[in-house]
Amino acid sequence: MLDATPKKMAERTSGGMINPAKTCQPIGAMYAALGIHACLPHSHGSQGCCSYHRMHLTRHFRDPVMASTSSFTEGASVFGGGANLKTAIKNVFEIYNPDVMAVHTTCLSETIGDDIPTIIKQSEVPEGKVVFHANTPSYQGSHITGFSNMTKAMVTYFAETTVAEKDDTVNLIPGFVNPGDMREIKRITNTMGIPFIMFPDTSGVLDSPMTGSFEMYPRGGVTLAELKKAGDSKLSVALGRFASSDAAETLEKKCKVPAITLKTPIGIKATDAFVMALRGAFAVEVPQELEDERGQLVDIMTDTHFHIHGKTVAVFGDPDIVSPVVEFLLSLGMKPIHVLTGTPGGALGSGMAGFEGEMKEMLEAAGVNANVRSASDLFTLHQWIKNEPVDLLIGNTYGKFIAKAEDIPFVRLGFPILDRSVHSYLPVVGYHGAMRLIEMISGALLDRQDRDAADEDFELVM
Amino acid sequence: MAMTESELNEILGKLPSKVQKNRSKHILVKDCSQPDQEIEANTRTIPGIITNRGCAYAGCKGVVLGPLKDMIHIVHGPIGCSYYAWGTRRNKGKTEDPSDNYLNYCFSTDMQEKDIVFGGEKKLAATIDEVVKIFNPKAITVSATCPVGLIGDDIQQVAKAAEARHGIQVLAFNCEGYKGVSQSAGHHIANNILMDKVIGNSTEEKAPKPFAINILGEYNIGGDSWEIERVLKEIGYHIVSVMTGDGSYEELRLAHTSELNLVQCHRSINYIAEMLETKYGTPWLKVNFIGINSTAESLRNMAQYFGDETLIRKTEEVILRELANIQPRIDQYRKICDGKRAFCFVGGSRGHHYQGLFAELGIETVLAGYEFAHRDDYEGRKVLPMIKTDSDSKNIPELHVERDTERYCVKLSPEIAEELRARIPLSNYTGLNIDMKDGSIVVDDLNHYETEEFIRLLKPDIFASGIKDKYVVQKMGIPAKQIHSYDYSGPYAGFNGAVNFARDVSMAFASPTWNYITPPWHKLPLLEGKINEGGAA
Repeated sequence: MLDATPKKMAERTSGGMINPAKTCQPIGAMYAALGIHACLPHSHGSQGCCSYHRMHLTRHFRDPVMASTSSFTEGASVFGGGANLKTAIKNVFEIYNPDVMAVHTTCLSETIGDDIPTIIKQSEVPEGKVVFHANTPSYQGSHITGFSNMTKAMVTYFAETTVAEKDDTVNLIPGFVNPGDMREIKRITNTMGIPFIMFPDTSGVLDSPMTGSFEMYPRGGVTLAELKKAGDSKLSVALGRFASSDAAETLEKKCKVPAITLKTPIGIKATDAFVMALRGAFAVEVPQELEDERGQLVDIMTDTHFHIHGKTVAVFGDPDIVSPVVEFLLSLGMKPIHVLTGTPGGALGSGMAGFEGEMKEMLEAAGVNANVRSASDLFTLHQWIKNEPVDLLIGNTYGKFIAKAEDIPFVRLGFPILDRSVHSYLPVVGYHGAMRLIEMISGALLDRQDRDAADEDFELVM
Repeated sequence: MAMTESELNEILGKLPSKVQKNRSKHILVKDCSQPDQEIEANTRTIPGIITNRGCAYAGCKGVVLGPLKDMIHIVHGPIGCSYYAWGTRRNKGKTEDPSDNYLNYCFSTDMQEKDIVFGGEKKLAATIDEVVKIFNPKAITVSATCPVGLIGDDIQQVAKAAEARHGIQVLAFNCEGYKGVSQSAGHHIANNILMDKVIGNSTEEKAPKPFAINILGEYNIGGDSWEIERVLKEIGYHIVSVMTGDGSYEELRLAHTSELNLVQCHRSINYIAEMLETKYGTPWLKVNFIGINSTAESLRNMAQYFGDETLIRKTEEVILRELANIQPRIDQYRKICDGKRAFCFVGGSRGHHYQGLFAELGIETVLAGYEFAHRDDYEGRKVLPMIKTDSDSKNIPELHVERDTERYCVKLSPEIAEELRARIPLSNYTGLNIDMKDGSIVVDDLNHYETEEFIRLLKPDIFASGIKDKYVVQKMGIPAKQIHSYDYSGPYAGFNGAVNFARDVSMAFASPTWNYITPPWHKLPLLEGKINEGGAA
């Protein structure tokens, strides 16, 4: 497995990627758009983009992923895609009748410079229906940037200030996480009794129940009315600065809704921070139910510490996921010695520090010497591991090649997970999510210990 | 349950008039009284229709080049295109030296905005140099994605210069996603260059063993090719190369030495088979290794072609033994499948190939079609002279080959060839339509609207298609089988493959999970009561 990868660190200066740890903007935009109720994402580019994105999202969620395409031909590429988009808008509403159509661009339509707002204005959009867009050039950032751009477009197009005094409502911007995570974030907020608007919200869309009939627009998703009202909320909580802060900050500028950016609430510290932020802003007591959950989590952390303390870990994935995961691993006494993301730099336009700086600060404070890199690839991660082996690998499905090559226990986390099921339904966020992570991590380590144990060392009780 | 023209018109009648006019040419109700029913294919998909089709890049790098295991395939473009074609098609491959195998790797120039603005040629050249330094591969391919053609990067020139620098073949493919109307354009672009620059690029003149063959258009999804090769080798064939399942650059260079070319996927490669005949005089035989009877028939036709008594005898021996081995298991599965009805909408050949296997399980195909086929895949090669070139096919460069005066060799006398053509599909394919039953539906480039409507009207028991419509159909309570990726199972080809397919399809029908869709509280009223003499209790 990956036998051509040498141990000696290769000198890499071309800027090319070998075994990438990111993909392109449009898939993130498509996923975000599915988090609007009765919305059909539309890919303005060649058919292949839409086909690949639907394929990948479908394999991760194992649920229908509906989206349309402008089906560019060479003619459209030369003369502009306006005619194709206008035809697509007319056909989509006549045949598929969504409430909203969310257009995102591709490297093709960005390179030729199609002016999407003008094309939309010239299109036949039925009364009461809406078409909006986000520019998502594939040659900038990553799928996370695309998710962020589409989420931001929800604000620029729809959010309004309609009341003088802000509502006692919080905007929750969950970032590129699974429907199960969005559900859990909403549940936590519900237990605290705080009204919220979550956008995007793919719960109930990409984890829709089996009923015996296909609903092209399932019950889930944020509504346009809610998106409009988001301008009246008292606070926006952006979870994950790469995927969510741009939308929150835009809303702050547009409608004066104060924005705070927190880590995706994975692990005890990030969940505490989320709960404390809500408690502080809305002056509500943390309910006993949540305090008990937290207590259970700490109980589990203590009970299992000897399975995991001091173990070395390599973590890769999207920056908003890797950051709180590294924080949680440190809370568990583990040593994340290789930390990598494919997404480049800081969040676009946010002016915030880069991923590498943040990670190094956290790891140095914990006294862990680590390799940290953003805008990197899994070939690099593999070479690091060959030179400095680890006890555990955490990342998306693509990590399985390295895990097999180096015979390392592997915990699947993030996007995409193409070879296991159920993950998108169950949370990794919140106190419950942290319990699940411990179950996954300690299970992987103990399974390995069992597998490798000599008969005389094979233990019943562990 | 056959469909009538009026039912079809009812479905199409709900579409916008332009769409209706377009789509009606891509759908036909099979009428056995009309010998030459025409269907439109390989034309543009309507924007917004929700098609299953992909792009030229997917056909070139994803389908044809990707399985060539001992080459490094660099994708020149933003990151996504290379990422989505990384390990997603299930084309398996193994090499003697595992460090020669790059199937689990993904290479991209990861073009950034500055590369779009100032050009990406330097970055491509640097990426090639880096890859050569780290991996030292035998050969490299470079596939273009949409922006590359638009900004005018000359990848042919970059490849040529890299060949001179490194002394290995570096092949460049201008397979920008917007070319043509589907994956099919990319198959052409890939295969033409392999034909032009790789096949025959060797000093070998003769295969080391008799009965040397190439298998064209077999991509080893789920190990299909290995199951086919198992039987072929036992019968006595020498497989020179496979295009391109478990494919090898080294083997492909020797493809000119074969005595017969088998064509499994007619759509993606028939033109290469024709070129090989023109250039080297090697005839081709249409085979179908999906299904028990089709496999047996294909083996018999091959033996007929060579006309060798030992080969013919061995073929019958192997068929007899294989059938004895699998038939009892197939019979068990048939009990579960018998009487069911299928939709079979796949690719450019499988929409046809799988119908025989379905029939062997007692499953009737009531709707079939292709995602990216051409008219000849539906109507047979006899329509080839009638197909007009349109503006979308004109931008795919045509390759014209001529007889290789040194290597051309007549494999069959004209008399024998003519006699064989009467019996076996030598250099011929009669298409899907001819095998469809009266009243069944043939659809080209099926879209989501039609999928829902045809299911509503025809109520199939199983839907054979891909990943994008799988869960749509399953939400309706109908099992859906991925025939592109086999739902991560396989092989489905050959004799043992038929058993695997039968097992998997039976599992889809027999799974108890379907029984739980309706919750018990929807089956019983909330309050139950008995009527007593004195009134309701």
